[in-house]
Amino acid sequence: MSGQDALFEYLLRLGDNALILGHRLSEWCGHGPALEEDLALSNVALDLIGQTQLWLNLAGAVEGKGRDADRLAYHRDARDFRNVLLVEQPNGDFAVTMARQFYFDAWHYLLLRELMGSKDGRIAEIAAKALKEVTYHVERSREWVVRLGDGTEESHRRMQAAVDDLWMYTGELFESDEVDQAVIGGGLGPDPASLHEPWLGLMRATAEEATLTLPQPGWAQRGGKRGIHSEHLGYILADLQFLQRAYPGATW
Amino acid sequence: MTDKKEWPLWEVFIRSQHGLSHRHVGSLHAPDAEMAILNARDVYTRRNEGVSIWAVRASDIAASSPGEKGPLFDPANSKVYRHPTFYDIPEELGHM
Repeated sequence: MSGQDALFEYLLRLGDNALILGHRLSEWCGHGPALEEDLALSNVALDLIGQTQLWLNLAGAVEGKGRDADRLAYHRDARDFRNVLLVEQPNGDFAVTMARQFYFDAWHYLLLRELMGSKDGRIAEIAAKALKEVTYHVERSREWVVRLGDGTEESHRRMQAAVDDLWMYTGELFESDEVDQAVIGGGLGPDPASLHEPWLGLMRATAEEATLTLPQPGWAQRGGKRGIHSEHLGYILADLQFLQRAYPGATW
Repeated sequence: MTDKKEWPLWEVFIRSQHGLSHRHVGSLHAPDAEMAILNARDVYTRRNEGVSIWAVRASDIAASSPGEKGPLFDPANSKVYRHPTFYDIPEELGHM
């Protein structure tokens, strides 16, 4: 795999993670448990969609075939998406949404902090911009995990169930393949494995404060980074892509 | 739903970019002080309106009663000398 091909794949992963999680959060719009929370979730969704534009536009430029962020977002099939399985998992109840968010935000924060030192100035620049937003995201999702975990009997039960159910999707965040190796070799991004200990540290500290029990490391679901997705992604894309597929190039 | 506890109401004050004092911008619900600040950020500062947020529990605010309006404020009406409108301001001073 050439350096350019690997970089294109890597940028798709960054962009697709933000796009799919942003879409998932946007599904809460109008359904949040309180007006304040509805706005907050929509804000985070918009931040992620904004980051998607930056990553996918850069991916399109690197690819050099004239595809921009819209083209990449709306005209690829599920098999060509590179997001991790975690972000396509359904919203479930509020505890599931927050557990998914906290797992992702903590990893996202650690990753962006490293990407700020990327040898590719374009990557470093996007990472610096996104990190400001994500610093807030992780603060908010962490607060909710603590409050629900250390809340009522019911909120604790639901939060613990969410933490348990989504755990198997976190392993993929720290695995590396030939794309990651090329990126590490070129000094463009960090070794995903190097983020694992700091991530676990944040998880342990938060779980303790939230009176939750972290699951044991175990078998990890994987495949999203290579385009092998759960059935959920197809339904997301049906929603997300319908308009541009039915009316290509439609604007408003 | 009947035993569902409502979050308390908070009044939100924001200091704008321009170094003015904190100004009341509205209210919101939040379970505690930290979440009130985060919610205020999302509800009231999405367009870069502020540099500092105060959130105060609405129940902690002492307020004058609307029924007291007359005794509290009317007596000021007849005391024009409390307004400094009788002084000539030198032109060089400009608008005060």
